[in-house]
Amino acid sequence: MSGVLVVAEARRGELRDVSLELIGAARSLGGPLSVAVIDHDPSRYRDRLSVEGVDAVLAVATPNEHFEPHVAARALEGLIASEQPDVVVLGHTIDSLGFAPAVAARGGHGFASDVTRVSGGADSLVVGRSAYGGKLEAELDFPGKDTVLLLLRAGAFEPAGGSGSPEWRDVQVELGEPRSEHVDFREAATGDVDITKADFLLSVGRGIEDKDNLEQFEGLADKMGAILSVSRPLVDAGWVTNARQVGQSGKTVKPKVYLALGISGAVQHLAGMRGADTIIAVNTDPEAPIFSVAHYGAVADLFDVADQLEQQSG
Amino acid sequence: MKVVVPVKQVAVVDEDFELADDGTAVDPDFLEWSLNEWDEFSVEAALQLAGDDGEVVVVTVGDDEATEGLLTCLAKGAGRGIRVWEQSLTSADALAVARVLAAVVERESPDLVLCGVQSSDAVNSATGIGLAGFLDLPHVAVARAISGGEGSLTVERELEGGLVEVVRIGLPALLTVQTGINEPRYANLRAIKQAREKPLEVLDLAGLGLSGDDVAGASGGRLRKLAVPEAGEGAEMLTGSAAEVATRIREIVQDRLSA
Repeated sequence: MSGVLVVAEARRGELRDVSLELIGAARSLGGPLSVAVIDHDPSRYRDRLSVEGVDAVLAVATPNEHFEPHVAARALEGLIASEQPDVVVLGHTIDSLGFAPAVAARGGHGFASDVTRVSGGADSLVVGRSAYGGKLEAELDFPGKDTVLLLLRAGAFEPAGGSGSPEWRDVQVELGEPRSEHVDFREAATGDVDITKADFLLSVGRGIEDKDNLEQFEGLADKMGAILSVSRPLVDAGWVTNARQVGQSGKTVKPKVYLALGISGAVQHLAGMRGADTIIAVNTDPEAPIFSVAHYGAVADLFDVADQLEQQSG
Repeated sequence: MKVVVPVKQVAVVDEDFELADDGTAVDPDFLEWSLNEWDEFSVEAALQLAGDDGEVVVVTVGDDEATEGLLTCLAKGAGRGIRVWEQSLTSADALAVARVLAAVVERESPDLVLCGVQSSDAVNSATGIGLAGFLDLPHVAVARAISGGEGSLTVERELEGGLVEVVRIGLPALLTVQTGINEPRYANLRAIKQAREKPLEVLDLAGLGLSGDDVAGASGGRLRKLAVPEAGEGAEMLTGSAAEVATRIREIVQDRLSA
């Protein structure tokens, strides 16, 4: 075969939404489209994968109940050998990043991660991905590669819709043994606050510079009737628990207003807040990526603006 | 325990910059270099896990600019450094670099390899797990906590949305390390001076038994060009004094919250 093979992603018995975005992107490449499900019980995702444009679902049943990177790698290697896809589409997600680069390395395949744009069709593929913190876009192609693995950024492609009736195939491949052992799932931290329910988030990042300044912004949030949220560096530094963290590894928030002070807007942060109704960003760097998703922006010193907000909020 | 830590000297692009003539690189005059943020954490994790009788070896693929990053790691306490470079590596992508690192790790045969999850300039998140692939080493990506040491490790994987998976993995193994996993130490001035006395080996591909073709063949793709991305609609910019900006922000907030 040729065409496109999508690797669907599931966790704890739920298909992850990114899977449908992968199918959407794969459909745009044209050609035969198969979706691989590497899971303890692939059949439980049957309904959600019955999507228009999917020709076949390739089900690989694993002995391990949860994702295991070495088993996933062997499964994908087996599928690449038997299906010989031109393009394999995965998510730029924690699970796929845990095995896809190893498959590409061992197989000598083409590879690009955090891809935000695909074009050219399966046999003349050109992709775009960001470089240097979003200041530039790199455009790549893959001469001489029979199979190319692409890891697509979550949220960058429209999810596939419409119902279809793909052929279901149970596929046997050599899986090998798991080389890591699942112990447990747990929440990273729970706090006394649920930022996902707030209408108004005042969010601060690296720009506040010092832990001692945090109090000022807690006070400002209070005065303005906002809940305080933060970007990752403040959690990494141990200043704030990750119950207040917005972003890929924190919470996805959709408040009516998201006021970002001193947050430059790393991709992982934007993934968690771009769904806000109104985004207002204050940053000293006019090139900060957060301005690309903000509705209102100000290039200004966040402390000056915060002082004024405080005074005016009386 | 012996730990090998691949690190990278990353580039930040100045506010105003120009591309080099062929359009596939930024003119180096507009780049500023520093040790990758993730590598501060992987080096710290390695120093803690290796303990007093262990050894930490830092490795980088990069030109002379990257020596500074290695010296930083040596000043923090790594025992020795290895820098691999030749001109043909200028356009090496994540998997090509991983192929080079694989030759170094094979030579060193450590108990553990710790990589940063990603580099801040290229953000492939692929070098570490690609390296594990070349070596067929057991691996875990995006570790936010590591414990244990005698033959196996317990690792917390950081998943999306604040979820954590705890897994156990035998050694030798490769982990990619997330920011926030520890509090990276700073090197004092004396240590920075002493770092220059520590062994720092510089190798080319031949020195590792590799050919240019080995590395080129490992490469994942070809960079056609770099371009400034098309700006979206963009934000409506609020101008004026801080007081005026604050007034506008309060108006917008009040308007949207009552909508």
